[in-house]
Amino acid sequence: MNGKPKIGVYVCHCGTNIAGTVNVEEVVQFAQTLPDVVVARNYSYMCSDPGQALITDDIANMGLNRVVVASCSPRMHEPTFRKTLLSGGLNPYFLEMANIREQCSWVHDDPIAATEKAKRVVEAAVVKARRLEALDVKEVDVEPSCLIIGAGIAGIQAALDIADAGFKVYLVEKSPTVGGHMAQLDKTFPTLDCSACILTPKMVDVANHPNIELMTYSQVEEIGGYIGNFDIKVRKRSRFVDMDKCTGCGDCASECRLAGRIPNEFDEGIGMRGAIYLPFPQAVPAKYTIDKENCLFLTKGKCGESPKCKDACKAGAINFDLQDEVVEFKVGTIIVATGYDVFDARLKPEYGYGVYDNVLTALEFERMVNASGPTGGKVVMLERGKKKKKKEGEEAEAPRVPQSVTFIQCVGSRDKSVGNEYCSRVCCMYTAKLAHLVKDKVGHDCEVTVFYMDVRAFGKGFEEFYDRVRREGVKYIRGNPSEIYKKGDKLIVRAEDTLTATPLEHETDMVVLSVGLCPRSDNREIIDLLKLSQSSDLFYLEAHPKLRPVDTASDGVYLAGVCQGPKDIPDAVAQAKGAASAAMIPMASGKVKVEAQTSVVNEQTCRGCGFCVELCPFTAIELVEINRMGWPVRVARVNEALCKGCGACAAACLSGSIQQRSFKDVQLLPQIQALGVK
Amino acid sequence: MAEKTDFEPNIVAFLCNWCSYAGADLAGTSRIQYPSNVRVIRVMCSGRVNPLFVMNALQQGADGVLISGCHPGDCHYMQGNYYARRRFNLMRNFLEYLGVEPQRVRMSWVSASEGAKWKEVIEEVVNGVKEVGPMDQFKRRQLNW
Ligand SMILES: Cc1cc2nc3c(=O)[nH]c(=O)nc-3n(C[C@H](O)[C@H](O)[C@H](O)COP(=O)(O)OP(=O)(O)OC[C@H]3O[C@@H](n4cnc5c(N)ncnc54)[C@H](O)[C@@H]3O)c2cc1C
Ligand code: SF4
Ligand code: SF4
Repeated sequence: MNGKPKIGVYVCHCGTNIAGTVNVEEVVQFAQTLPDVVVARNYSYMCSDPGQALITDDIANMGLNRVVVASCSPRMHEPTFRKTLLSGGLNPYFLEMANIREQCSWVHDDPIAATEKAKRVVEAAVVKARRLEALDVKEVDVEPSCLIIGAGIAGIQAALDIADAGFKVYLVEKSPTVGGHMAQLDKTFPTLDCSACILTPKMVDVANHPNIELMTYSQVEEIGGYIGNFDIKVRKRSRFVDMDKCTGCGDCASECRLAGRIPNEFDEGIGMRGAIYLPFPQAVPAKYTIDKENCLFLTKGKCGESPKCKDACKAGAINFDLQDEVVEFKVGTIIVATGYDVFDARLKPEYGYGVYDNVLTALEFERMVNASGPTGGKVVMLERGKKKKKKEGEEAEAPRVPQSVTFIQCVGSRDKSVGNEYCSRVCCMYTAKLAHLVKDKVGHDCEVTVFYMDVRAFGKGFEEFYDRVRREGVKYIRGNPSEIYKKGDKLIVRAEDTLTATPLEHETDMVVLSVGLCPRSDNREIIDLLKLSQSSDLFYLEAHPKLRPVDTASDGVYLAGVCQGPKDIPDAVAQAKGAASAAMIPMASGKVKVEAQTSVVNEQTCRGCGFCVELCPFTAIELVEINRMGWPVRVARVNEALCKGCGACAAACLSGSIQQRSFKDVQLLPQIQALGVK
Repeated sequence: MAEKTDFEPNIVAFLCNWCSYAGADLAGTSRIQYPSNVRVIRVMCSGRVNPLFVMNALQQGADGVLISGCHPGDCHYMQGNYYARRRFNLMRNFLEYLGVEPQRVRMSWVSASEGAKWKEVIEEVVNGVKEVGPMDQFKRRQLNW
């Protein structure tokens, strides 16, 4: 089969996508004049069944041993046509594609120039095809286990699905508890289900599932290997509380000298905690954590006479000598479900967040309306940063209840001035939900106003919910406020009603900013570990926006939830289920094909300098001793299981002894010639 | 540089599969129009590009060469684009020494989501090469591969 090349060239019309600009007949005629081309044809859709049959028939009838398909990008259909060759009885690596759609007909509207370019690109593919070689497709075993990074609703759902299917799951969560943002919410739109009621059972399930190893307060430190065989290193940070002994009674927390003095992250800082704490009552695992940045004993070496928490703990669970623990394991697949941060409202200084006590973010407001939140679910005016100077016996003053609450939508979304062009997809609906909750909790005479740009009620049941909220008396004003300032004890929202083109000054007690969803500020950690790409909005990039929405460019690595782009809970869950099933495909089949386009050393010419050994990012090359015509010499040898086929070694070898299969010098140089010549 | 006006340069571009080739594909899916002077060779990583390829392209008749890879830190193979950058810098000095104008050989970072940037890069390269005119420093007979 490696004899004299007999090449078939197939030029696709792609309907009018290609043929509308490129003269395919002319390209075919040109291809027929190229060396070793025995047949050239064109067809409306090469990727269709009859299109592929043209190729297999020609292989059978004309003895073709090389195939060039001139159509869309190889990133689209290379796998398709490799399979065609295989079914025609040819080694799949005897295929070369010429991209005359994405990089030709779609980007050049001049038919003459586009046709000229298409010919060149086809010629380059033909001259490369002449030099192609058969490659072995090897398979490796897949470790039947999955690493899931992030235990928000997306990570939890993916973990449960995979574990239920019988595979082992390592679920790694950075914070002390699972649940993510959904655990912070009170009710969920548009059905007003109680978030905790639907989430907590799942949180408990992941902690108890026999197939799930849950690691909270932990971080992935290293990821090596490749699909089927990733090597993972996780750091379990010390909580200074023995997880086996802690009963979750909370005796320690109330005794902590710092109790009520440290802003609780989970309550978005509007609630307080001590140095030893449980983020919220339903946290999973229900184990306490000492925060070493604040703990007096851990920062100053001294906490009064003796640490009060330790004295209080009857279970003897507190141990200041506990160290971080590093664990290592292997997995076959990885799902990234690291979620999001909310937009930092300080970046819109005109709204006075961080200046006025009663300008809140929506997430702070979620905590406020949450029955297990810092105010017990009461909507009250905040006095931030003010130390409660409650004396013994003195009745605490009842906090004031706002008479009017104003929401501002699209804070940090659809806003080029802060670099976020995208729509966060959830703010319209959560604003409607929170507006309803104000009416519900404060009473119907509390005036609720929403400033909006557009209301996007696109999901199932959304428009109905938006209607209902308006019927409840929530007033919607179309216009983006320009400023918020304080007048007496009121806040004034300055805006323009763009429907009537009237400027207005709206007086209110409390403003809630509907902040958008942003990529996490610590995104870089994951990007560095997994080499994930980001889309222009800086969320993680999927392999294909339509057809591979849960895959990434790295085999065996999948995305779930908001880390891939803003979405609500149903969409995050749907994507998590998608990622789980994608991750289970290689695990269920037990085998995966490995890169065939690896490097290979010509041991006759290798000088054994070891330059490539140093260079290989995957330590796939080593020097070994061989016998060359009676002399022991050292030469480079590639470990094909480790080689990822980047070709860095091939570009550096001074004697040209190491070459990347399918991208050898003798395969690329003719291509360069074909494209270079005028 | 007399024929500056109607001179259409011929540019060979080496694109890495994961970022720049995908970015160029995205320009296509988004139907972003750009000059047709650039012809692409796909390599898996910009680190595969041997300086010899660049010399060879210029010898074969290309008026300019572009190497494009993932942004620093984003290489699919971790370090390939750094290797490419290091080699590129050395090569550029060498080419300058040989009398090849720096406009002819360029390197860029284009990610898989930067279809619009790809167009800008192409326009820049094409205009740069137009300024310096056809490449005839390295003319030689064609080889028969
Ligand atoms: C104010 C507000 C109200 C909302 N209301 C609703 C609603 O009513 N209905 C609705 O459907 N949606 C609502 N949403 C959207 C909802 O919050 C999200 O759709 C959902 O929480 C997304 O879940 P997730 O798992 O993708 O991300 P997250 O909930 O952000 O979870 C990610 C998890 O990953 C962890 N993590 C991050 N990085 C790492 C790392 N490097 N290593 C280990 N772990 C890591 C985090 O600690 C976190 O636990 C609302 C959003 C906001 C801001
Ligand atoms: S393959 Fe090339 S670079 Fe590697 S040791 Fe041999 S001669 Fe040196
Ligand atoms: S191709 Fe890349 S991964 Fe393979 S041996 Fe060479 S440098 Fe290493």
